[in-house]
Amino acid sequence: MGDQLAIAAEGLSKRFGQVRALDGISFAQPAGTVLGLLGPNGAGKTTTVRILATLLSPDGGRAWVAGLDVVEQAPAVRRLIGLSGQYAAVDSYLTGRENLQMIGRLYGLSRRAARRRAGELLERFDLAKAAGRMARTYSGGMRRRLDVAASLVAKPPVLFLDEPTTGLDPHGRIALWQLLGELAEHGTSMLLTTQYMEEAERLADTIVVVDRGRVIASGTPGELKARIGGNRLELQTLAGGDPRPLAQVLAGLGTGPPVIDARAGRIVLPVADGPEVLAELATRLVTSGLRVAELALRRPSLEDVFLTLTGQPGPGSAHAPPGGAGPPARAGNPEPAPGRAR
Amino acid sequence: MTTVLARNLRMHATPGAVLGNTAIITARNLRRLARVPTQMALATLQPILLVVLFTYSLGGAVHVPGITRYIDYLLPGVLVLAIGFGASQTGVAIAEDLASGMIDRFRSLPIAAASVLAGRVAADAVRNLFVAGFMIAAGSAIGFRFHAGPAAAVAAVTLAVATGIAFSWLNLLLGIMVRDAETAGLAGLFPVIILTFTSSTLVPVATMPGWLQAFANINPITVIVGALRALCLGGPTARPAGEALAWIGSLLLVTVPAAVTRYRHATSA
Repeated sequence: MGDQLAIAAEGLSKRFGQVRALDGISFAQPAGTVLGLLGPNGAGKTTTVRILATLLSPDGGRAWVAGLDVVEQAPAVRRLIGLSGQYAAVDSYLTGRENLQMIGRLYGLSRRAARRRAGELLERFDLAKAAGRMARTYSGGMRRRLDVAASLVAKPPVLFLDEPTTGLDPHGRIALWQLLGELAEHGTSMLLTTQYMEEAERLADTIVVVDRGRVIASGTPGELKARIGGNRLELQTLAGGDPRPLAQVLAGLGTGPPVIDARAGRIVLPVADGPEVLAELATRLVTSGLRVAELALRRPSLEDVFLTLTGQPGPGSAHAPPGGAGPPARAGNPEPAPGRAR
Repeated sequence: MTTVLARNLRMHATPGAVLGNTAIITARNLRRLARVPTQMALATLQPILLVVLFTYSLGGAVHVPGITRYIDYLLPGVLVLAIGFGASQTGVAIAEDLASGMIDRFRSLPIAAASVLAGRVAADAVRNLFVAGFMIAAGSAIGFRFHAGPAAAVAAVTLAVATGIAFSWLNLLLGIMVRDAETAGLAGLFPVIILTFTSSTLVPVATMPGWLQAFANINPITVIVGALRALCLGGPTARPAGEALAWIGSLLLVTVPAAVTRYRHATSA
């Protein structure tokens, strides 16, 4: 192959009826690196992964995995990739061990090799004790670990992880980050989509920000942060408070317009310097009589990069932040969990 | 790393590998069948109930010329009915696998599309073999007998299972198209219910009104049940069996390629 790129995409486009899911996505990922695909819901992250993993054909553009065309050489690509989907794609009615053995056998491993590989992975993913139980009895974190383990059965050089930690509690998330970090150290190329800035920051060498089917920025986390510069002033209203009056108080204080997240009751304002702004802000707050629950001056985070680039709250901002209180609450989504056999 | 991997993976396109992978998927589906309580009930209790209930509810009312015991007439028909009901579960299962992301997993593996589908159908064929066994056992307990010898009896069970395979492919296609388990179940049941009650499954066609007789006589279920009756009760078998196989073959010719094509483009969301 001689190609040093793990993944390359060139002008990928895809429509679903009236919806333009991808509108010319291009990026290149060197072998042995971790690329974070970051964007709000509906940005085209999953569609991109599905095309790269040969599950979906693009309407336009081309893509390669390890130098192989994902459309024309799809069978060859499937030998080189592991996929861990947005929903834990393991069989609920098979045990953890049976799931992994089945995948191994389907990859062409002998019965013995499949059993040995399953044992290794169960050990490594801390599932050895639960190996003989049906996956339907597993916790969310265990299922997710089993799903990632399933994508590693054939030791693929390229791994796709579509929102690998969505729905995990903080403990489970950190444990999975550790495992993924180890894989990256051993040279596995990984493409991961995520709604958590912290996750992209922690795992990815390169971040590609997508919005409405387009790449709107890419670079290392450091580069992206340097690009927007300055500091960030963050104010949190009292519970249920309206942040808009606060925004008026802030007028003229920052170097750019404030980003208001009305639902979260939060305002983020880009500011040039530190202490002087705080002094001025304190005066204005006292004069206005408005109260805040939290006030912080900090370096820009990846989330601020996102806010600046897309002009909307970051994909994870309306949910519990990483390390915060549990899995993201999906209010107003009454659909039953997928995959329940009945 | 790539070379190590290539050595460990055998070529997937060889017929042997396709068969091997089909066997692996079949085993997976049979495990599920044995572990999901509703599936087990559908495969065991329902067929037995169909035999017993129809025999005692209709048996007194229906008189078929040349038949002494209604159960002898009923069993071949109700066997097709049970297999038809069961086949709707093939569509339900594939729709569930699509929704759960299992199909995404399979499609990202270096295996032929046909393996996943054939593995589904093969598992359901094994289930149907058991269904036929349970029904014949239950029928025998209340008076059913094969009248045309053991070879014809084996042929009858084989024909019943072959019918189930054709129904399963049809439901596989439906399940992939509708992608929703409940819809797939209903979509699979409707044709079975309509075709069964407009055929000779439960009652002789001669008892129906004239307009219905015209349809009932060309109804594929009538043809298949007719062939099964010939094999169970005796009489000329070559022509009815040939017609039944022609129906089954035609159904397969249409549904197998369509299901494989649809599957290749199937998505979970």
